[in-house]
Amino acid sequence: MRVLNEICRQPTALFGLAVVVTVIVMAIAAPLIAPFNPDEQMFDGLTLEGAPMPPGGPFLLGTDTLGRDLFSRMLFGARTSLIIGLVANGIAVAIGLFVGITAGYIRGWAGNLLMRFTDLMMAFPALLLAIVLAALLKPSLWIVAMVIALVNWVQVARIVYTETRGLVERDFILAERSLGAGHGRILFLHILPHLIPTAIVWGTLGIATTVLLEATLSFLGIGVQPPDPSWGNIIFESQSYFQAAPWLVFFPGAVILLTALAFNLVGDALRDILDPTQRGRG
Amino acid sequence: MLSVLAKRLVQSALILFGVAAITFVLLYALPADPARMLAGRSATAQTVANIRHELGLDQPLLVQFMHYIGGLVQGDLGRSYAQKTEVIALIFARLPATLTLMAAGILIEVIIGVTLGTLAALNRGRFIDRAVMTTAFVGVSAPQFVVALLLLYVFAATLGWFPMSGYGTLAHVVLPAATLGILGAGWYARMVRSAVVDVLNQDYVRTARAKGLSQRRIILRHVLPNAVLPIIAMIGIDIGQFMGGVVVVEAVYGWPGIGQLAWQAIQQVDIPIIMGVTLTSALAIIIGNLVADFLAPVIDPRIRSN
Repeated sequence: MRVLNEICRQPTALFGLAVVVTVIVMAIAAPLIAPFNPDEQMFDGLTLEGAPMPPGGPFLLGTDTLGRDLFSRMLFGARTSLIIGLVANGIAVAIGLFVGITAGYIRGWAGNLLMRFTDLMMAFPALLLAIVLAALLKPSLWIVAMVIALVNWVQVARIVYTETRGLVERDFILAERSLGAGHGRILFLHILPHLIPTAIVWGTLGIATTVLLEATLSFLGIGVQPPDPSWGNIIFESQSYFQAAPWLVFFPGAVILLTALAFNLVGDALRDILDPTQRGRG
Repeated sequence: MLSVLAKRLVQSALILFGVAAITFVLLYALPADPARMLAGRSATAQTVANIRHELGLDQPLLVQFMHYIGGLVQGDLGRSYAQKTEVIALIFARLPATLTLMAAGILIEVIIGVTLGTLAALNRGRFIDRAVMTTAFVGVSAPQFVVALLLLYVFAATLGWFPMSGYGTLAHVVLPAATLGILGAGWYARMVRSAVVDVLNQDYVRTARAKGLSQRRIILRHVLPNAVLPIIAMIGIDIGQFMGGVVVVEAVYGWPGIGQLAWQAIQQVDIPIIMGVTLTSALAIIIGNLVADFLAPVIDPRIRSN
């Protein structure tokens, strides 16, 4: 509740939250809101010359090169983006938490080994790795989610590691240990709860990264495959046509930008609220 | 100093080896089969087997890997499957284009980012600060390919100021570099802002003010030189990120750099090239970080003492 109150006091965060809620509602209610079937190539969806219809008229945002309603496709595309955002990022945060806590708690050679491995992952060109994996595997929604999770967990792991190491040194952990608490109890009851804010912040910020990455992979044709609509593959399908029908690039592009921006704004506000030491910093 | 450098170099070599090992195993484990790709669709099983034998792909993973590493330590990245040329030669041929693009992109980033970040820090809490920070946020949230297409549409297709794609003249560099620069500038602006805010709170800035120095002199002589470290570190990181991240921009603008080489290789499952570009990018990331770390004490005497 306090968090919600704080968000409402910052105009940019409130804007972000409003966009996030709108996108979620539109994704869930897509079948109800969509004026047309997103996959139907409509008879009156193309001009007499066979070109896509510009925005306005019966097709709110115009039609694509196959005569499908762009607005309906974008609504269903929101589902793709959000599913991938939540799944990929959920997995990334889970892996990051697991690796970070384990390395920060056990330390020793095993912890060291885990952190050296994250160092190694930091030296990987993330986008290139994602592109290579997505292209060489058979692309599908779940593969894209896995690929994104695989490149995105590293940062979470490093932050969780640093925080866990700080927590382990604290007096209340020492007190708990001297009372005879087992590792499981300390980890789940005392360390994990302190990491929840970090997980929430990175969970939110990470969705922005994920949405952008999914759009990029789909734009290259190696993400979500048509006819399943995704904001990225709508642009992929129409990029050679974009001089004649710029709306096919700009509407989905604007939605990708808005969604990523909104999750970034909310995540940034959450970081300020949940972690006062970070307040006012970059 | 020298022992530190030696230690870091050994570490870097180990990381590079690790990257090579992981990439190698990943590419080996993926279902894409380069031999089948090369043979074409109508090839018989015998032809595919022959090609596989020719490329040495029928040998066990460990043998292949040892062979690759053996070449790597001698600077040999193997031969491209499809183009039949040395991978190292292909990479060197493409490197100047990517480096040009990278240099121009970083230049734009730094100019926009430092200007906006300083402006925001000096007007902390006021409207300008909020406007700049929101703009920076838009910058870091914008998808690269959409910005690329947008710039193409406005400045190439509609206004005709710049060519649609290609390489060679200064006009060709502007749009791709601007795409990279505009997006990266958001990160720089955020980081420069917090660095400058930190410096503005220092005693020596107050002293400079008390001495009656002009605002201009305070910023140029006292504030910015002290805020330069994070910028250097950021450029170091950027060099690496750019190498792996130019695939999209080079694809949209038809820029004949490393990213395009990688993209073509990925579509042909040309594993030696994919390996080579991945290693080159990892090397760039490592070098970027190393240079940033070792440049820091040269620039800032405060770090030298520790």
